[in-house]
Amino acid sequence: MTAYWPLLGVAVVVAGFALRRNPVLVVVLAGLVSGVAAGMSAGELLALLGTAFVSNRTLLLFTLILPVVGVLERAGLRERAAAWILGFARLTLARLLIAYLAVRQLLAMFGLINIAGHPQTVRPLLAPMAEATAARTLGDLDDDARARVRALAAATDNVGVFFGEDVFLAFGAVLLIQAFYDRQGIHLEPTSIALWALPTAIAAFVIHGVRIAIFQLRLERRLARKRDEGRC
Amino acid sequence: MLTLTHVFALVGALLAGVAVLDARERRWAAAAFRTILAAPFLLGDQILAAAKSGTAWPAQAMGLGVIALALLASRSRARAAADDAEAAAARSASAARLGNRLFGPVLAIPAMIFALVLGGKHLSIGGTALIDPDQLTLIALGVAATLALVAALLVTRSRPIHALTEGRRLLDMLGWAAVLPMMLATLGAVFTASGVGDAIASLASAVLPTESRLACLLTYALGMVVFTAIMGNAFAAFPVMTAGIGLPLLVARHGADPAALGALGMLTGYCGTLLTPMAANFNIVPAVLLELPDEYGVIRAQWPTSLVLIATNVIVMNVVVFR
Repeated sequence: MTAYWPLLGVAVVVAGFALRRNPVLVVVLAGLVSGVAAGMSAGELLALLGTAFVSNRTLLLFTLILPVVGVLERAGLRERAAAWILGFARLTLARLLIAYLAVRQLLAMFGLINIAGHPQTVRPLLAPMAEATAARTLGDLDDDARARVRALAAATDNVGVFFGEDVFLAFGAVLLIQAFYDRQGIHLEPTSIALWALPTAIAAFVIHGVRIAIFQLRLERRLARKRDEGRC
Repeated sequence: MLTLTHVFALVGALLAGVAVLDARERRWAAAAFRTILAAPFLLGDQILAAAKSGTAWPAQAMGLGVIALALLASRSRARAAADDAEAAAARSASAARLGNRLFGPVLAIPAMIFALVLGGKHLSIGGTALIDPDQLTLIALGVAATLALVAALLVTRSRPIHALTEGRRLLDMLGWAAVLPMMLATLGAVFTASGVGDAIASLASAVLPTESRLACLLTYALGMVVFTAIMGNAFAAFPVMTAGIGLPLLVARHGADPAALGALGMLTGYCGTLLTPMAANFNIVPAVLLELPDEYGVIRAQWPTSLVLIATNVIVMNVVVFR
């Protein structure tokens, strides 16, 4: 008989995010609810929270990038990134983001996951470049358009790294799949698993690339309509 | 030998340094937040070693620290520092003066990681490896960030204290979002320990018509998406869904190919990662870093890609898995 009470923790998460409470508070509360519902003692639960928090500290390594980015931003890095990309006369927002997607996927395929990311490439380089290219080819952006362009740049980084990883070479996820099957008595070569990631990698590139192109088209129309209204 | 412990010590030093700056300005809540957060980086190995040998109190104290962090985070507000025109003009002037030299340190980070990942295995002094080969990429990130910081200070002729003040500016901007990825991973561990995964898998298999191959496949794929969205991580969902539905129903009963099923199942889970605020480091942290007005802005930008890709994956699975 499976115990269903620990699912209360999931309910806390869903309700907390839906009500837009502070996510950190929601998450810790959900952990406490789930642990108590599973019958853990206070001591056990605190020790579990503590060891799990310490064990996952690699997730905060990205903060080491922040002083580098901060010092360079203070000296005008984002302004320079925007000015530099405008030197490419034929570049459009869609071409820039699709090129970034391709490079990110290819690098991830060779295991170079941490080579790019939100703190080290998207905030200081890709986002200002995307905004500047969009403003040049489509005309002045309003605040909403600027936020959407930045969000799409971040989304492009995510899609690139998620669906480039795992192809060809055996890294994290592939090794996890292999180890799981191994414990179940099914023995597989890592490469035989990794190759099946290729169709999804290609599909992800095509789908997201098309979406980037559609985004640019829609933004162009919306800004043009806005300019016409302004003229009347 | 350089190990991950040294890199963690760097993070701890950064957080402790920022905490000192906060304390000097009497921003006590921020100083407390960063002091507690520095603990797992400066004392993490000792806490884990003590817990392993049966001494529970250091881990329990850290657990209390986690709760304290949550309370401090819930009271804090993200403060976007007002950007005055004077500073913006100074930045533009500096950008014009320094030109492409500004790119050097940023591009040096991936270049150094690339070089260290490829060549780091061969670096050794007197037979001992210079860098712990098991943690090569993460240590490479630490080494690259440190060297790039030195380069950035030299190129911009900034004083070393600016590393801390500028690091703090970005940490302030992130606010509670900085700690959310670690909190979510901790929640994942609590969910696993309290049997949430087994409960979801048994719920899913209880309502499933097992004789239909397509129904099993859809349940497996959508289960990966939903469970990944709840846990914020496909790695946690994979063993549960594959042990619960993938192996007994799809592989054993309907003759699915485990290699293709595993790879495509995992990647379908990744589609769930694109949809959920639980995957904070991919979805919430960048929304804050890019100063989006909506913290779900990145998810809004990527959910259509995710849904189309889920459909594509299910179709591909249906074709290749049952050959």
